Amino acid sequence: MLNVGKIEEGFVLDHIKAGKSLSIYEHLQLDKLDCTVAIIKNARSDKLGKKDILKVECDINMLDLDVLAFIDHNITVNVIKAGEIVEKKELVLPQQIKNVIKCHNPRCITSIEQELPHIFVLADPVKEIYRCKYCEEKYRENAKKF
Amino acid sequence: MNPLDFSVEELEKLFTLANDIENHPQNYAHACDGKILATCFYEPSTRTRLSFESAMTRLGGRVIGFADANSSSAAKGESVSDTIRVISCYADICAMRHPKEGAPMVASEKSRIPVINAGDGGHYHPTQTLTDLLTIRSMKGHLDNFTIGLCGDLKFGRTVHSLINALVRYPGTRFIFISPEELRVPDYIIEMLREKNIPFEEVIRLEDVMPQLDLLYMTRVQKERFFNEEDYVRLKDFYVLDTTKMELAKQDMLVLHPLPRVNEISVEVDDDPRAAYFRQAQYGVYVRMALILTLLELV
Repeated sequence: MLNVGKIEEGFVLDHIKAGKSLSIYEHLQLDKLDCTVAIIKNARSDKLGKKDILKVECDINMLDLDVLAFIDHNITVNVIKAGEIVEKKELVLPQQIKNVIKCHNPRCITSIEQELPHIFVLADPVKEIYRCKYCEEKYRENAKKF
Repeated sequence: MNPLDFSVEELEKLFTLANDIENHPQNYAHACDGKILATCFYEPSTRTRLSFESAMTRLGGRVIGFADANSSSAAKGESVSDTIRVISCYADICAMRHPKEGAPMVASEKSRIPVINAGDGGHYHPTQTLTDLLTIRSMKGHLDNFTIGLCGDLKFGRTVHSLINALVRYPGTRFIFISPEELRVPDYIIEMLREKNIPFEEVIRLEDVMPQLDLLYMTRVQKERFFNEEDYVRLKDFYVLDTTKMELAKQDMLVLHPLPRVNEISVEVDDDPRAAYFRQAQYGVYVRMALILTLLELV
């Protein structure tokens, strides 16, 4: 069993679907932060069988919870201070997400208006469907991301 | 604007105003004196543009604008956001048609003047919807409890999408979608109808459902919506409404069409009293007049 040590201050993202941690790393733009990051893939999990875990040593305010909730709102966010879990944050689906995913409808105005942000609005909270604010195209999970 | 930006009550007010304009045009001949409408048409649409221009002219206002993207600053690469900021300095109200979906919404976010969506790609064509609703209301007296057949290109036909969205708000509406498999209504509309428990069915043959219809909305298969010429050629003649099919219809059914027609309605149907599509064009001017007055807060 691989052991990754405790972090002093930052957050631990637990219960990430196995194999999704790198995608979250990219979306949270952790590559741009000058901090320690541990990516644990395929850890054993009673709940999921296998899971990924991300440990990041940085200020909690640097974490975009909306982006995280959009990717997977079942992720557990543990806030760590002085080496202890001080808070578990619940993720809720954001009403709108900006510049996280791109509209791939070739007929959408975002395809030609360069400076326009790509905004998706939560159209159906039950089915977790997001639609482009401008053309109402549904977001497909297999669509290419930013 | 989108037809759903107006509540049913606000639409009633708009249609009442449009009917008053129809009956007393002289009372409105100077209502827009000194006002300017900008028609920003990034793709050609003679009919809609002239309807807007006629509406503003009949109200005593003036019109500026361009009729296609090549004669605008868009050809030099200017964004919609920048164009509308400039147009806001020149005009009091703008009607915008754009081939890209959502362009008028982008414009309205940056504009200081009201922006009317005059059609955005295959997305919405709200003033056509207002025209359709006014025609039905004026000729039938109400907008509820209809079985409406929508026939032809239901996939790319923006007039169809807008009309469905508007009609679901009236009780007793039932839809029959008549289209080839390739041109069925998009999934998001089907999902919306299921969620709202609005009855609908999808069929391929027009003849099978003709006797059930109170309203038949015909559409043209639009060449400009296809990326593939082959698909267009294969589907363009799929439906043709002729007198034989009209014999199957109710005596008081109305035939509507957003125009222009190509060959999907045979010219022999034009003399049938149930053919409402040319009167529809007239109602289009009245409803645009009512819309301009309302958005400029002149009533």
